[in-house]
Order: sequence, then C-alpha cells, then structure tokens
Amino acid sequence: MGLELYLDLLSQPCRSIYIFARSNNIPFEFKHVELFKDSVLGRRPAAGGAEQPRTGSSNSEGAAKVSVLRRVPALKDGDFTLAECTAILLYLSRKYNTPDHWYPADIQKRAQVDEYLSWHHANIRANAPKTMWIKVLIPLFTGQPLPTEKLQEVMEGLSASLKQLEERFLQDKAFIIGSEISLADLVAIVELMQPVGVGCDVFEDRPRLLQWRQRVEEAVGKELFFQAHEMILNIKELSNIQIDPRLKEHLAPVLMKMLK
Amino acid sequence: MSLKLYLDLLSQPCRALYLFAKCNNIPFEFKRVDVMKGVHGTCWGASSTASFPTGQHRSEEFLKVNALMKVPALKDGSFVLAESIAILLYLSRKFKTPDHWYPSDLQKRARVDEYLSWQHTSIRAKGSELMLPVLIGQPLPPEKVTGITQGLNFVLKQFEEKFLQDKAFIVGTEVSLADLVALVELMQPVGAGYNLFEERPKLAEWRSRVEAAVGPKLFEEAHQGILKAKYMTADKIPPQVLENIKKEALKQFGQI
Repeated sequence: MGLELYLDLLSQPCRSIYIFARSNNIPFEFKHVELFKDSVLGRRPAAGGAEQPRTGSSNSEGAAKVSVLRRVPALKDGDFTLAECTAILLYLSRKYNTPDHWYPADIQKRAQVDEYLSWHHANIRANAPKTMWIKVLIPLFTGQPLPTEKLQEVMEGLSASLKQLEERFLQDKAFIIGSEISLADLVAIVELMQPVGVGCDVFEDRPRLLQWRQRVEEAVGKELFFQAHEMILNIKELSNIQIDPRLKEHLAPVLMKMLK
Repeated sequence: MSLKLYLDLLSQPCRALYLFAKCNNIPFEFKRVDVMKGVHGTCWGASSTASFPTGQHRSEEFLKVNALMKVPALKDGSFVLAESIAILLYLSRKFKTPDHWYPSDLQKRARVDEYLSWQHTSIRAKGSELMLPVLIGQPLPPEKVTGITQGLNFVLKQFEEKFLQDKAFIVGTEVSLADLVALVELMQPVGAGYNLFEERPKLAEWRSRVEAAVGPKLFEEAHQGILKAKYMTADKIPPQVLENIKKEALKQFGQI
C-alpha cells in the first residue's frame, strides 16, 4: 500500500495538502473523509426523497485510526501515520524532493516560511474558520441566525490578522517570502477561501491581497485550485441537507459554546 | 556579537529559546525585554497586537526588530525573525546542533513537526490561561478556574496518550525540540500555582529527564522568574499597564 491521504476538502488544511500533493505530482490514494456527512450532518435527501446511502464512513474510521486527535488531515505511509497539516506538508516536501521554492534550503528563507507557518495558527487560523461556523453551520444546527455582533467581532479579528499578513509578511513582494510561491502562501490562501466561500469576501477591499491570490492560483494551476475549492465555494448547498433532530440537539449547545 | 535574542523569561517561548541556545553554547547577546513594563499577552498566549501606550518593548529598537511587537525575537546581522519555532529551527540549522534536537530521519523529524504544530492551539493556549489572574492580581471566580483547569487537563491527557506514551521523550529515546517546547509551556501553570506534575508520575519523570538533558541548573535559572510570579503583586505593576492587561483579559475571557 502506498501513500494515503485522509482529506475532506471542506477543511482548509486538507486543501493545502491536496493542492501541494497534486501540483507536485505526488502519487497518493485520496481517502475521502466527509466530516459532516459521517459524523455531524445528516443524510442528504436524494431526488424523490429516497435516502442516500452513507458513503465515506470507512474512510472516516480509517482516518480516526491514523489520527486520534482530529480525523483530517491525516497521512498514512505504510506503517507510518502522521497528523497536523504543517508536519504533513513538510514530510511530503522532503520525501518527494519537491522544488526548492516550496521550502527553500536557504536558512533565512526557510526561517521566513517557518515564521509564517507558526504565526498562522494563532492568527489567520484563529478567526477565518469561525466565519463558516457563524454564517453556515451554527444557523444550520440551531435554526437561528447568529447575532451580527458575533460575526463583526470575528471579522474584526480577521481584519487585524489580514493587516499583518499584508504589512508584515507580504509587503510589496510577489509572495510571502519573495519572488516564488512557498508553503506559506499555500497555507494562507486556503484559510482565506473559507470566509470567501461563506460570503465574507476578504479580498474585496484589499487589492494587494487580491493580486497575491491571483498569483498563487496561477502558480499552483487555476484548474487545480478551483477543483480543490469547489466544495467550499458551494457551501450554501449544505443548507439543503436535512439534519437528524437528535444531532441538532446534541450539537447546538456545543457549537454555541465554541464561539465564546 | 551579531546574534541578538530579545527575550523575557516570563514568556514560555522565550525560555525554550534561552535553554536551547545556552545548552548548545550558541553565542548570543541576551537582550532582556520586560513585558510587564509594557503590556503584551505573551504570558497568557494572546495573539493580538493591539497597541498599548506604554511599555519598554515598544521602544524604537525593539520595534525595528519585531514589527509584530512580541517576544521572542531574533536579530542576526540584518536578518530579523519572530516566532519561537522559527527561531529554534533557524538556530539548530545555523549552528548545526546535535541531530536529536531535530532529527534528520524523515519520520522522526515529522514527529517533532507534528508536536510543534499541535501544541499551538492546545498546550500553549491552555497553559497560559492560569497565569493571567496571577499577573493582574485578581483571582478568577472558582467556576472560571475549574473550566480552565479542565481544559488544561484535557490537553495534558492528549499529550500523555498521543505524544509521550511510554517513551522516554516525545520522539523516542532522546530529547528534541518537541520536549523543550512542551516543558516550558507546562511550567507556566506551575508558576501560577497549579502543580500539574503532582498527580502525573509519567509526566513528572519525563520532566526530570528533560531537565537532566538541558542541565538542571540552567533549567532552574530560566524558570526562576516564572516560579516567583505568584508572589508578584498587582501593586507592583504600573496602573496604566494593569488597566491594559485587564482590558486584554476581558477580551479573552469575556468576564473576569
């Protein structure tokens, strides 16, 4: 058995791994985990009301075996299992000797990628995902739209992070660490597509970031980029899914707590 | 000396850097930053960079080095760098530190990366929370403390079961950056008065091994400040600074 990657493309870290592996022609078996279908959301109504058979549940179990922490993303390479997006990206870049620009050998450039990847966790990644919870998932589960102050709070936090992304990291360069794309750009862009997918277009009033986004898309390949983002860009379809009322009951308080 | 490290040893990531550089005999100029003279959330892991009106670490020199206004920061000639993980890795590469810190073996290295990534939003986030009330001299309501402690206990359990397991260190038989980064974080709640090692013999033994690996005296020296933190009283902090910390705390915790 070769390399297996357990991914759900609704998840930002999964997208960065997917794009990285595909654009570097790394051979892998795509183990599709449907986080929501399997564990959170209910069954999708098929035409005519017939219940669709659940798919992906065995991948979900497989992913859980790989990663006791979170189900996705997860990597399985023979007996070796690995979680955490950054670790997986770095492992792949080393094992498959991907082009230098992704994670440059030059120690200062490499340090700048590390710097971004580290900062990302508590900044961009702290707020960007919440836009999806607030605008889509929480209303879906609790049946009510969230107060706009909550969304505003999140957007303010995200704005502050975006300001730093532009002024401290990107500045006037083509990409975060210079003239070529690196893991830093990939990890950043997939995170920012989450708010875009749910209708908070963070690129709207930020021409510099928009231009950077276009460069990133071209660098990985527009077709691949859009393929990876198809699900998140069509996230509104989720609202057509019927939710098992027991799931609703179970998850609603948990979700509300998440935002505090 | 061309290598400068801007550090405040009250901050967990600063201690990791200090210990790493010292125990590997990396020559550096220790630029001491006193976060409590200014205000920043490194002691409780806040990531915002709201600007505060006072504070030594807003001084011009420091700002030039670290536009993110955080400690730790590195300046190597004209090269500047923030984020402790990035700095640790940079130092390990530049000074070619012994392999066990960041093993060249692909899989072992991946394990270190895995821990360093996971810890950001778990151990690091939870470990900082108990220190805040200590710093502002305002005890949290008991429910708050219970909630925070529960959160911390949960990630400690994950740490023991997923990362440490029955090994001597996180990545096998030798100490690595993962252990260093983990332990300095766990010392933060200890400094706040929560001795989490007391009822966790496996963790306590691991701690002794890590201390032995870096050098017990060096370890103690690095932790002197944080272990005295609970004796630091709020009236030693300038009122404006205290106000700002409370504001930051309110933002982070909702209500104190």
